[in-house]
Amino acid sequence: MREVAVIGIGMTKFGELWTKSLRDIFVEAAMAAIDDAKVDQIGSMYVGSMTPGLFVGQEHIGALMADYLGTPSIPAMRVESACCSGGMAFRAGFFEVASGHTDVVLVGGVEKMNDGADVTYALATAADQEYEVYQGVTFPGLYALIARAHMHAYGTTREQMAAVSVKNHHNGSLNERAQFPREVTVEQVLNATLVADPLTMLECSPVSDGAACAILAPLAIAKKLSMPVIKVIGTGAATDTLALHAREDLTTLKAVKLSAQSAYKMAGVKPTDVSLAEVHDCFSIAEICIVEELGFVEKGKGGPFTEQGHTALDGKIPVNTSGGLKSKGHPVGATGIAQVCEIVEQLRGAAGKRQVKDPKIGIAQNMGGSGASSVVHVFKKE
Amino acid sequence: MPSPRYWREMPQRYRLEASQCTECGKVSFPPRIVCGCGARDFKKTNVSETGTIVSYTTIRVAPDAFVIQAPYNIAIVEADNGVRITTQVVDCAPEELAIGKKVKFVFRKLYEEGHCGIINYGYKAVLV
Ligand SMILES: [Zn+2]
Repeated sequence: MREVAVIGIGMTKFGELWTKSLRDIFVEAAMAAIDDAKVDQIGSMYVGSMTPGLFVGQEHIGALMADYLGTPSIPAMRVESACCSGGMAFRAGFFEVASGHTDVVLVGGVEKMNDGADVTYALATAADQEYEVYQGVTFPGLYALIARAHMHAYGTTREQMAAVSVKNHHNGSLNERAQFPREVTVEQVLNATLVADPLTMLECSPVSDGAACAILAPLAIAKKLSMPVIKVIGTGAATDTLALHAREDLTTLKAVKLSAQSAYKMAGVKPTDVSLAEVHDCFSIAEICIVEELGFVEKGKGGPFTEQGHTALDGKIPVNTSGGLKSKGHPVGATGIAQVCEIVEQLRGAAGKRQVKDPKIGIAQNMGGSGASSVVHVFKKE
Repeated sequence: MPSPRYWREMPQRYRLEASQCTECGKVSFPPRIVCGCGARDFKKTNVSETGTIVSYTTIRVAPDAFVIQAPYNIAIVEADNGVRITTQVVDCAPEELAIGKKVKFVFRKLYEEGHCGIINYGYKAVLV
């Protein structure tokens, strides 16, 4: 396999983008990434998107996006793995470049959630239709079940979960692309409207439109460019049971653990080598479980670890410097690539007010459903 | 939903039919074609009629089909023979739920698909 680098990144602002269509936002992000990479052509394309069919009635968006990008002949396909569609598209593009088959590959993600669809229903299609959704469960509901189990097993508190939202909103307040770039307090989080007990609105990622893209190329090409070289040194993916109830332990996100172990092994790094991480905080409790599964803290201690500030911008291991899904927004298919954009920006030293001091290694962890699929990528500044 | 899709799941929804692996003894609900142990031979069984709450929540923001019922309780219940099921817990207030409480499964209406659609039935749980 060849070594692979990220040579370009681009994303739209996340939010309610009423004046822009699904294709508009993808092309906007793709052009930004192409301009950033200063390449004149791309060899193929992978588009991560969870359910454009349900959100805007449009499938077959690989070809659509290639067409509207002005590259109607290149190979292009959509990749779907619920909320980790973007991360999986990245992985597919990584292997295409690493294999030597194609030099320049565009990997992107897009979702247009604010066009009038029943969003709660559309998102719930990532859970087991016949044995979870049929009973009326929702995604906030599934994560609330995980939260209650975590509170029961480890004494995790609502205040500790709220600390995730407070931190991510602080980081997002420094990010002009964030959907909700403003601070919140623990009291505001705890007193917000309950969505699924014990999770409040301010513990749930929002409904967002947005797109993000990255350009991948072999290291030899990346080295000829003027930008700092950001290598992809590890990729790992894993799955778990689709239905949350079928897992032995509701507080363990096995797919996250296995995907991280696999990515760490390929990269030859340990959790203590990681300078910063973008993780899938679709709900406050998710980030607490994920920092445990990524090995930043032992199992069960994610709550106090967060509350004590170890995952803050100036903490031991900054997590979700972009504002995460909570503050930056979560256009589901775009999220995995937007995480990559943040890590690359940080490793380039170009993250402005959010910049972490001299990061060497960053990871992006993107997850689908209630944790039934997860993908982790490890990036290193050359 | 299309009626064949509804009809196919009736043995599980109406009678909690499950399958038990003849090799390792694990009970699968719904039945599977291959067991996690790799074996493919099963005998028909049922999920126990009683179980214990493993975790629970109250859904306050519901999908369109369930809006009329909100708020409603959802739990993951471990049946006495080890099968775990996601189910509504009804006829009780949210404050009455707790991890470790005993429930039994009952046959109930789940939801209606609009004015002319199928009425969906299945299992729910009640506190015992
Ligand atoms: Zn078996």
